[in-house]
Amino acid sequence: MNNKAITCKDLTKRFRDFFAVNHISFEVEQGEIFGFLGANGAGKTTAMRMLCGLSYPTSGEATVAGFNVFKQQEEIKKNIGYMSQKFSLYESLTVRENIRFYGGVYGLSDKQLKEKGDELIEKLGMQQEAKMMVGSLPLGWKQKLAFSVAIIHQPRIVFLDEPTGGVDPVTRRQFWDLIYDAAERGITVFVTTHYMDEAEYCNRISIMVDGRIDALDTPANLRQQFGATSMNEVFYALARSAKRSAD
Amino acid sequence: MKQFMVFVRKEFYHVFRDRRTLLILFGLPIMQILLFGYALTTEIKNAEIIIVDHAGDAASQQLTTMIAASKYFDINRSTASDEDIYKAFKQGKVKCAVVFPTGFGNDLLNGQVAQLQVVADASDPNTARTLTNYITAIVADYQQQVNPTANIPMRIEPVTRMLYNPELNGSMNFVPGVMALVLMIICTTLTSVSIVREKEMGTMEILLVSPFKPVYVVLAKAVPYLALAMVDFIIILILSVLALEMPVRGNLALLFFESTLFIISCLSLGLLISSVTRSQQTAMMVSMMGMMLPTILFTGFIFPLENMPLPLQLISNLLPSRWFYVIVKAVMLKGLGIGVVWKETLILAGMTLVLLTISIKSFKTRLS
Amino acid sequence: MDTVVLENISKSYIKDAPPALENVSFSVKKGELFGLIGPDGAGKSTIFRILTTLLLSDAGKATVAGYDVVKDFHQIRSCVGYMPGRFSLYQDLTVEENLNFFATLFGTTITENYALIKDIYEQIAPFKNRRAGKLSGGMKQKLALSCALVHRPEVLFLDEPTTGVDAVSRQEFWDMLKRLKNEGITIVVSTPYMDEASLCERIALIQTGHILSIDTPDNIVAAYPGKLYALRSPKVHLLLPDTRSYEGIRQCYAAGEKLHVAFKEDGKDHPAQLLTYLKSKGHQTVAIQEIRPDIEDCFIEKLSNPK
Repeated sequence: MNNKAITCKDLTKRFRDFFAVNHISFEVEQGEIFGFLGANGAGKTTAMRMLCGLSYPTSGEATVAGFNVFKQQEEIKKNIGYMSQKFSLYESLTVRENIRFYGGVYGLSDKQLKEKGDELIEKLGMQQEAKMMVGSLPLGWKQKLAFSVAIIHQPRIVFLDEPTGGVDPVTRRQFWDLIYDAAERGITVFVTTHYMDEAEYCNRISIMVDGRIDALDTPANLRQQFGATSMNEVFYALARSAKRSAD
Repeated sequence: MKQFMVFVRKEFYHVFRDRRTLLILFGLPIMQILLFGYALTTEIKNAEIIIVDHAGDAASQQLTTMIAASKYFDINRSTASDEDIYKAFKQGKVKCAVVFPTGFGNDLLNGQVAQLQVVADASDPNTARTLTNYITAIVADYQQQVNPTANIPMRIEPVTRMLYNPELNGSMNFVPGVMALVLMIICTTLTSVSIVREKEMGTMEILLVSPFKPVYVVLAKAVPYLALAMVDFIIILILSVLALEMPVRGNLALLFFESTLFIISCLSLGLLISSVTRSQQTAMMVSMMGMMLPTILFTGFIFPLENMPLPLQLISNLLPSRWFYVIVKAVMLKGLGIGVVWKETLILAGMTLVLLTISIKSFKTRLS
Repeated sequence: MDTVVLENISKSYIKDAPPALENVSFSVKKGELFGLIGPDGAGKSTIFRILTTLLLSDAGKATVAGYDVVKDFHQIRSCVGYMPGRFSLYQDLTVEENLNFFATLFGTTITENYALIKDIYEQIAPFKNRRAGKLSGGMKQKLALSCALVHRPEVLFLDEPTTGVDAVSRQEFWDMLKRLKNEGITIVVSTPYMDEASLCERIALIQTGHILSIDTPDNIVAAYPGKLYALRSPKVHLLLPDTRSYEGIRQCYAAGEKLHVAFKEDGKDHPAQLLTYLKSKGHQTVAIQEIRPDIEDCFIEKLSNPK
């Protein structure tokens, strides 16, 4: 067993003759913030599903939190957190009920639930909103809450699928403060985003094009490598070469 | 007009490209008709019966033979004593017994009131009633044979239900009811779901922000489903005639006219549901569950309306299906014409008009 | 008269909750490419729905192409094109069937205005027999735009057309909008992406139902109070809390690989003093440079210092 949060070797997902994910290989260190970028249809979602234990790879090898994606999907699910822009919390439950529900799903005891819940609510400054329905909160708050709930069980890795889509620029930055905070506590963060400035906040980023990983390095090195002044230019240079534009 | 036709064509695309819609449209009626027609009738076949014959004369034996020959009864024992009845009932195998008293045949021949006792296990009242009705019918039949000119009033009450159903065919009452039920569910479900789907998908926004008038949206939605519901009606009719051996005694054109009225009232109800619901699931739930229960309860084809408390009878009068049921029974089974059902037709037409007006009015030209 | 005019428009959905829109006023000139820039929940979609006559406002007045949104909603409905926020076409109809349907609905044909949609439609024409539900995100968006354009509307309303679309497709989409603008169509477009603001002629920054400012992107940037600096360091995220702890800082936040910093007062020696302070905190290789703010900087400034 190794100490890497994620290892991937020639990971492939094929639908008939279509390689959604085509022999990708990379490693993510424990506590790293890893940005997973790519145009629509490049294969990000498919790759992420395999890593989260939601679908089997066609071939290749991968471990997440030290567990094999073929044989130990259940263990993987216990050791990761997941949050996406689309699905996060139950709108008709209050803030506290959501915390209790998700904590309960991950097997936290009543005492832990109470402690963690209080801690989380205080940290987000949501004491007044604790008894409000999540549906009535502003989007930015929901997303911050959803992230905090996703890591309430101290997972080794948290997967974030476009967590800041549509959020205002100030809240977006507050959200990244939470991400840094989680990383400092040793949680590995695996994040996808369409905001190129957010790519800069990652320790390392990978850019997927047509099912392959075409670039993988620190943001500074990538800028240098492509002679670009911003991540936007790097992304554009790579994504423009894409042949396919599937879903 | 061209816009209207394009819209209608689009609706047909939706229907024929969606397996779920097709299933509701064609699977549901076939299934319901067969289910209600065969499985859920009150008709009982080959019930075991005990005959206790204290008379032992020609008349009692002839009657016994007739009972044995009918498809409703199998004679369990015919030479039993009175006590055997109770034993057999307790075992639960036998639900009915006939006791001929001594001198049964004599009484009959002498023009006196001949009595025979029918004993039924009334722990299951419906079955008990049906079985005694069968016996009564057979006895009446027998009396006609023996003494066709006799003018003696029958001693056991003839039941209205059997008047137009001499073979005691149970599905006859059900089929018109199921017809109402199926048309009701299909029309409300499909129209409400198809409109709510446009809301859910966001296409309603584009439709409203087009020069196409909202009232045409409603009509263009209704026309395809009216046509499809008519096809359904024809399927149900053919099925009932071929599979359930139902007669169509009345005027077919009248039947179609009444059905069209009823279908339009159901479509309007569907439109109404669509304007108060937001998701396809809710629309489906409301149309299926919300419509099915009242239709089953208050149409009269399962629970006789006459036996209901007055308030419930009044409620039942508000249901279009209740009137449609009466009309179909009259036209299809009794062969009656508009002269008899004009009142019901008028009520149904009135309801249809009111529902249609409300549903068109309630259709919003904006989002909220 | 301007093509789109809003005067003191207010709207709330739920009683006692903060209103979705409060006293919103702006106008869009004929042939202009106007952007509504703001995050989700700012009220952008509500504005579109009021302008497309789908919603009634609680207060205020609005006109589109000279028609009142309440009284003349029929006229408005035949002269605007609208692309709602979600992909709103019939998923079970093919590309061609969708386009045909909407063309007929608007009382026209595909051929009548083909010149207008040619550039866009040709990109999806190879898939014209494919069901719309099976298209990729970028192609769906092009189909939706074709459908909104097929009757050559006077005004085009596009509600977040680029949300969830990758950077390359977004670029292509904005190129298409510029071509449409040259055809003389007035375009009102909304987006949560601040970097797209500079592609509009004029923009309104909007947050929680209030307009923060309306002007050309250049003027909005020029109105930024004071100077803005960029800090660079190999360890930017460690630099952030230390910079924030410095007394004279008004604004400090991450912006890509840099920190953006604004001082409470613009003094000549403030940057140097900040560097000295940071050095004392252990940041040796920090570079500071004055930069031109972008729309996002202005938005953040407006959010933290509302008028």
